[in-house]
Amino acid sequence: MSDALRLGTNWVDYLVIAIYFVFVLGIGIMARRAVSSSLDFFLSGRSLPAWVTGLAFISANLGAVEIIGNSANGANYGLPSVHFFWIGAVPAMLFLGVVMMPFYYGSKVRSVPEFMLRRFGPTAHLVNAISFAVAQLLIAGINLYLLANIVEIILGWKLWVSLIVAAAIVLTYTTLGGLSAAIYNEVLQFFVIVASLTPLTIIGLNKVGGWGGLKDKVTASAGGSAQLSSWPGNGLTGFDSSLLSVIGIVFGLGFVLSFGYWTTNFVEVQRAMASKSISAAQRAPIIGAFPKMFIPFIVILPGMIAAVLVNEISDPKNSGGSPNYNNAILYLIRDLLPNGLLGLAVTGLLAAFMAGMAANISAFNTVFSYDLWQTYVVKDREDGYYLTVGRWATVGATVVAIGTATFAASYSNVMNYLQTLFGFFNAPLFATFILGMFWKRMTASAGWIGLVSGTVAAIVVSVLGTDVLGGLSLGVIGLTGQGASFVAAGAAFVVDLIVSVAVTLVTAPKPESSLRGLVYSLTPKSDFHDDSEGKLSWWQQPTKLAGVGLVMVIILNIIFW
Amino acid sequence: MSESDTTEQPVRHTAGAFDVRTFIAALMGIFGVILVLAGIFGSDTTTTGTKTPGNANLWVGIALVVFAVLMQGWAMLRPTIVDEAELAKQKAEAEEMGGHSAH
Repeated sequence: MSDALRLGTNWVDYLVIAIYFVFVLGIGIMARRAVSSSLDFFLSGRSLPAWVTGLAFISANLGAVEIIGNSANGANYGLPSVHFFWIGAVPAMLFLGVVMMPFYYGSKVRSVPEFMLRRFGPTAHLVNAISFAVAQLLIAGINLYLLANIVEIILGWKLWVSLIVAAAIVLTYTTLGGLSAAIYNEVLQFFVIVASLTPLTIIGLNKVGGWGGLKDKVTASAGGSAQLSSWPGNGLTGFDSSLLSVIGIVFGLGFVLSFGYWTTNFVEVQRAMASKSISAAQRAPIIGAFPKMFIPFIVILPGMIAAVLVNEISDPKNSGGSPNYNNAILYLIRDLLPNGLLGLAVTGLLAAFMAGMAANISAFNTVFSYDLWQTYVVKDREDGYYLTVGRWATVGATVVAIGTATFAASYSNVMNYLQTLFGFFNAPLFATFILGMFWKRMTASAGWIGLVSGTVAAIVVSVLGTDVLGGLSLGVIGLTGQGASFVAAGAAFVVDLIVSVAVTLVTAPKPESSLRGLVYSLTPKSDFHDDSEGKLSWWQQPTKLAGVGLVMVIILNIIFW
Repeated sequence: MSESDTTEQPVRHTAGAFDVRTFIAALMGIFGVILVLAGIFGSDTTTTGTKTPGNANLWVGIALVVFAVLMQGWAMLRPTIVDEAELAKQKAEAEEMGGHSAH
C-alpha cells in the first residue's frame, strides 16, 4: 500500500506510547475492580461537569476517521473540507441540543432501536437492528484498517500481519475494560490529540511561510485557488454546476447526512442523556460544538500543508496521479516532527483508532446480543448466557472487521467510503425517525418499508455512480467524489419519506394511547420543561449558548468564504 | 454491579486523585517532562534528516507542563464533591433503566 512510508520512531517515542497505554489500561482495571466510589461517580456519567460531557461528546466522534479522513480531504480538496465541520456538524449539534434533546430526555427513550420498537413494532426494530449491526462492522473495518496502517508504518510489517496484530490489540483493550472507562479515556484522548496536532500545524505553517505562503503554494499547485475558498466547493462534490454543488453541500451533507448522524447516533446521545437535568443534557452537544468549530484548523490545515510540502502527495497530485491521501498527515508527521513529538503524535492516532474501533465493536455487541439474539433468536435465558453470547459476538465482530478492513483499504480517501455508508444507513433512519416523531398517523408498516426502500435507493444510486463502490459501480450517472454520497443520501431520505407517506395512507395507524412519549404532539409539554431554567445565567441556558455558537460558525463561514 | 457497598468513606467527600482533571494533569505533565528532556538532550532533526524550526520538543514540553500545572491547580481550587447517597440512588435508577431497555 504505502510504498516506503516509515516513521523513524526511537525509544523516546515508544516510552510516550507505553505511558499512554499504562494510563488507559490502568483506568480500565481500576474501573473493573470498582476501587473507588469517586471513579464510579465519574464513570456513571451523572453529575459530570458540563465541560467533561461536552468534550467526551466530541471526542467520541474525533476518532481515526475524523483525523485521517479530514486531513485526507484537506490534502485532496483543500479548504472546502471545512464544510464537514461548519455545515456538516455544528448546526446539527446545536439542533440536537435545542430541539431533540428535550424530547429524548422527556420521553425517556434510551436508544434508537428502542424508539423503533415502541413506535413501529418488531419489524422496524429488526430492520433497524440488522442495518445498525452491519454498519458497525463496516465502520469498525475502517478503524481497523487505519490502525493496521499505523502499525505497518511504524514496524514495517505487511498489511495483513498488521491487521491481525491490530485486531488482537483492540480485543485486549476491550476485554481489559478499556470501554467501561470510556469517558476518562475520551477526555484524555482529546488532550493528547490536540497536544500533538497543534504543534504539527504550527511547525507546518512555519515551514510553508505562514498562511500567506500556504495560499501562494496552494494557488500554484494543481488544486488552484478554488481550494482556498470554502464555497461553492465543486471539487469536493464533483459537480460542475456551482449551484448544484451548494445545494448538495447544504441539503446532502448539512441536512440529511449530518442531522441523520448527530440526532440518531445514540452512542453520542447517551453521553448527554446521563446529565442531571434537561438543560445540562442540552448543553453537552452545544458545548461540544465550540471545540468542534476549531478542529478543522488542526486537521484540515495539516492536510493542505502536506499537499504542498510532502513530495509523495504533491508530485502525483500535480501530475494527475492518485496519491494516497489517507497518509497525508502521516507523511507530514514524518517530515516535521522530531523524536518525542513523533511519539506523542503516534500515540494520539493510536488512541483515536483503538477507541473508535472499540466503540463500534461494543455497540455491535450490545445490539447483537440484546436487540437481535435475545429478542428474536434465543429468548428468556439467564443474564450470564447473554454475556457469553456478547463475548463471542465481540470476537466474531473483530474477525469480520478484518475482512471489511481489506475492503476499506481499497479506497484512497476513506472519508468518501464512510460518507457512502452513512448514506445507506443514517439517511433513511433519520427520515423515518423524524417522520415518526412528528406525524402521529405514520403506521408500523410504513416504518420498516420506508427504511428498507430508503437504503435500497441509496445503494441503487451508488451502483449507478462512477467510483462510489469501486468496481461495483457501473458509471451510468457521472457522480464522483463526495457529491455521489450526498446524492445517495438525499435519494435515501426523499424515497424513505415518499414511501412512508404512501404506505401510511393505505394502512391503519397505531392507537394514540400507545404513542405517548414517542410522538411530539402526544407528549405532554411539561415533560420538556426544566424547572431550574429560570435560575441559570445566560451562558448556562441552552438556547442562548446555541445562539452564540451559531453566530460564531456563520462568522467562520464568512471569513473563509 | 452488586459490589456497591462502599461503607468506608464518609457520605460526602472530594473526588481526590480520581478527579478526571488529575488524570489529565498527570498524563500531560509526564509527556511535558519527557518532551522537555528530549528537547534538551535529543536531536532536533526529524527522522528524515530535515531540521525542525526552533526546538519544537522543548517548547511543546514547556507548554504541556504549564497546562498540567494549571489543570491540577484548578482541580485543587475547586474540588469535585462526591455524594455517596446520591450516587447509590442514581445507580439503582440506572439499573432499572438497563433492565427495561433490554426487552
